[in-house]
Amino acid sequence: MTLPLVVLLPFIGAMFAPLFVQAGRTAIAIAASVPALIALAALYPHWQTLADGGVLVQTYQWLPALGISFSLRLDGLSLLFALLILIIGLLIIVYARYYLKAKENVGKFYSLLLCFKGAMLGIVLSSNLLLMLIFWELTSLVSFLLISFWTHKQDARRGARMALAVTGGGGLALLAGILLIGRIVGSFELDDVLAAGDLIKAHELYPFALTLVLLGAFTKSAQFPFHFWLPHAMQAPTPVSAYLHSATMVKAGVFLMARLYPALAGTEQWFYMVSFTGMATLLLGAYVAMFKHDLKGLLAHSTVSHLGLITLLLGMGTQLAAVAALFHVINHATFKASLFMAAGIIDHETGTRDMRRINGLWRFMPHTATLAMVAASSMAGVPLLNGFLSKEMFFAESLQLNLPGIWAWLPPIVATLAGIFAVAYSARFIHDVFFNGKPVDLPIYPPHEPPRYMKIPVEILVFACIMVGVFPAISVGPLLYAAASATLGGDVPEYHLAVMHGFNLPLMMSFLAFFGGLLMYSQRKRFFDFHARFREVDEKAVFEAVISNLVSKAHRLTARIENGSLQRYAMLLVVSAMAVSLVPLVNLGIAIGDNGLSPVDWPTAVAAAVLMVCALATALMHRERFFALVLLSVVGLVVALAFVRFSAPDLAMTQLSVEVVTIVLLMLALFYMPSWTPLETTTGRRIRDIVISLAAGTGMTLITLAMLTDPFSSISDFFLENSKPGGGGTNVVNVILVDFRGFDTLGEITVLAIAALGIYSMLKNMALTPPPGDGQGHPWTRDAYPVMLRQLARPMLPLALMVSVYIFLRGHNLPGGGFIAGLITSVALILQYIASGMIWTQDRIPFRYHNVIGIGLLFATVAGAGSLAFSYPFLTSTFGYITWPVVGKFEVASAMVFDLGVYLTVIGATLLALVSIGRLSPHSAIKSKKEGA
Amino acid sequence: MELLFALVIGVLVASGVYLLLRARTFPVVVGLTLISYGVNLFLFSTGRLATGSQPILGSAESYSDPLPQALVLTAIVIGFAMTAFVVVLSLRNQADNDDDHVDGRQPEAVTEPESAEVSRQ
Repeated sequence: MTLPLVVLLPFIGAMFAPLFVQAGRTAIAIAASVPALIALAALYPHWQTLADGGVLVQTYQWLPALGISFSLRLDGLSLLFALLILIIGLLIIVYARYYLKAKENVGKFYSLLLCFKGAMLGIVLSSNLLLMLIFWELTSLVSFLLISFWTHKQDARRGARMALAVTGGGGLALLAGILLIGRIVGSFELDDVLAAGDLIKAHELYPFALTLVLLGAFTKSAQFPFHFWLPHAMQAPTPVSAYLHSATMVKAGVFLMARLYPALAGTEQWFYMVSFTGMATLLLGAYVAMFKHDLKGLLAHSTVSHLGLITLLLGMGTQLAAVAALFHVINHATFKASLFMAAGIIDHETGTRDMRRINGLWRFMPHTATLAMVAASSMAGVPLLNGFLSKEMFFAESLQLNLPGIWAWLPPIVATLAGIFAVAYSARFIHDVFFNGKPVDLPIYPPHEPPRYMKIPVEILVFACIMVGVFPAISVGPLLYAAASATLGGDVPEYHLAVMHGFNLPLMMSFLAFFGGLLMYSQRKRFFDFHARFREVDEKAVFEAVISNLVSKAHRLTARIENGSLQRYAMLLVVSAMAVSLVPLVNLGIAIGDNGLSPVDWPTAVAAAVLMVCALATALMHRERFFALVLLSVVGLVVALAFVRFSAPDLAMTQLSVEVVTIVLLMLALFYMPSWTPLETTTGRRIRDIVISLAAGTGMTLITLAMLTDPFSSISDFFLENSKPGGGGTNVVNVILVDFRGFDTLGEITVLAIAALGIYSMLKNMALTPPPGDGQGHPWTRDAYPVMLRQLARPMLPLALMVSVYIFLRGHNLPGGGFIAGLITSVALILQYIASGMIWTQDRIPFRYHNVIGIGLLFATVAGAGSLAFSYPFLTSTFGYITWPVVGKFEVASAMVFDLGVYLTVIGATLLALVSIGRLSPHSAIKSKKEGA
Repeated sequence: MELLFALVIGVLVASGVYLLLRARTFPVVVGLTLISYGVNLFLFSTGRLATGSQPILGSAESYSDPLPQALVLTAIVIGFAMTAFVVVLSLRNQADNDDDHVDGRQPEAVTEPESAEVSRQ
């Protein structure tokens, strides 16, 4: 349980920390410290095992089918990073308590900080690569939220967006890389991947996998050419910069390279990609850092440069270089975090970070100045401080690279040059800020020392710098050894941590860098003039331009594809469906299957001819809308006959009643629409449409013909056999609907209900003025509702209702059932509306159709849920027999309650839809307008 | 018989597609209705054409396939619901925009301020 505890506690803390907001900043800081303290205590007992090269793995199943498990793994390397995350995290919590103002959203800040801590711990402790990726993306997201913590600042929002775009994009590349690795190895577990290094490196996909993984690492660790997001992330509150953007998150990329070192490193591709990227980043970051007037900008570029240094060390591919890389991770985290904190203090106390205005602070805050100067010296690589040791190792390693010919000089020269720049910008940090005359026009004057406790985190880190610098073997020796052994797979080279290794070439390089840097700083005026000759590129502006360009292109593309024309969408849909099926259809041709054709009888042929003529006529004469509607109704009626002819009585009854309702609906709608369609399209367009529709029709004919003549076997034998013994009914179609496939039917009547309610709400409060007369200019008749129809319709109602009850009851055994009975009832009621008018009929209907729909759905659901009470699955039905007078022996199935639900829903939905349209009549429109006014 | 049935479906689909490609709401609705007739018949016929063998146990020697029938039955009802929905949608369009075009061409007076607003965003 130790490792899940360590990873998950910060997330739990993130939920609870904001609850302490009312109790003040100190309380919330104490609460936020708890997870880290528990985690440190939980990790302590494992120290000895890990120092001896042991590994702690704890695995929990998550999605085994996808190869994702919640498996965590603790070894020397992950311990090193976990300690950095936990300890620096604690110091940041203390520091932020004084950095944030009471009126700021402290709860949100600590909550996000804890989320970040959990995600970061997740990255370093994950054993499953996919799990690691999840945490990896989580750090990008939380980093986005933290950079934009001051949401009112536009620069902060833009910087956050840029960071998210770059690191998120890298995350996608990393995902692809991890998937490739998983494909090569056959597992996402770290132990398997690390053991399969030779397999991976020999695989043909290795170049792609490596490139993708490195893209992820380079974007996260701000390597050239992706470095530009890091300086802009400095819009974040300084505790965030110190924690995420110097000590932890930007090291995630470095961690990833170290983690996968045994699996991926040691090839030519690795060497060239990693070391040259590192070299470029090292030099560029150090050079630009010199010219930044913003205190945090200087530190940010210096961070970029140091990350390049670590990357270069990892790229060198020698074991000693890897050890030096890990050592520098520790050292950089300590001195850079303390420098950021010092910068935050200065910003806090002076109100600005511009080094042209902050001068001579030594007189105002000597304590802070001392701390910052020690840390900056470490950054510059001054002896007796930790920065010096790892830099010395770096110089030594740069001499060991066996590049061909004159290229062998490149790494040492780059290293020394970067060293010179580093000394120069460190000197600038010290001299400009604390000496160099008097402050210029400070927003807060005079500045003084910050609160006592705000300096404690800085003091601890600076103390660590000195301790490591003076007693490296005692202070970090064992931890570094454990980490190196885990990184290199147990194969640790001989190395010696000492303050001095005697007079050798690396020491000479250090001297050169030190004095060269001081010289450079003293001549800074010339360098600034030189640098000013180049136009500075604002990465943010470029990035924003690229993004807005992309967005506008996307808009244009969308506008071109999605132009609002249904005609065009429908055409594309039909044409692409035909294109997809073109090749199979051509291959199929006029295929007649093994069953052959059966003979045609005359009545069927005549009916088919009527149907085809009417369908074609509907299409050809569609401009006369009313006429087209009449033709359409003929088509529908013949379709119903077709169902009768081919042994589907239930379908025929359904089709017949739906046909009636549909035509009434369309006639109602037609009342409000123009009664004829004007000729608008060109002849060419019509010919094109005719070709498309003929092709579609031909395709359907060929498919149907091939399908109908092909022998087949159906799963329906099951339904035929079990309908009576299992469902208690002989009408198999109905038993399927209410029993076997009852869940489907429940879904379908729900759709029906939703459609009806949608219609109701669309028409509510809609004012639609009908045209004064029909298309030919004749005014509407002024006659009241026709007397004959009215007199005939009224006695029909009870008769029709009785028929529908009969159809409903017999549905389980003979054609009928809830759907059909519901439709018959609806038709009977609609007839009343047509014959006697909306108002007359509505006055006599004692219920609202909404309620009918609701009760219907309730019945269906309750009937289904009833079986749960007897611990059967949802919608299990049961049945029995009772003897009724007159009717005789009669079967009652629980499915009948379900069917009753179907019945009610169909009535409610059909009538709600039609009545809603009917209500739009002129009287109602006038009435509702009055109400509205 | 199979050829005739296939021709019927083809004619229904062809007429329906032609109407679907018209520029006004009403023909589109009619076209959709025609297509749904065709599709319903097609789905129904996946159980093959059978005469006098309705799937009512005890009423015939052999039974036609009940499963497609059950599926098509609900399809007919839902098809009605969808037709009604589309019809009402076009009515609403008629009421709000005083127009029954579906080809993206809209009255100038209505679209002008809207599109200007969109481009400003």
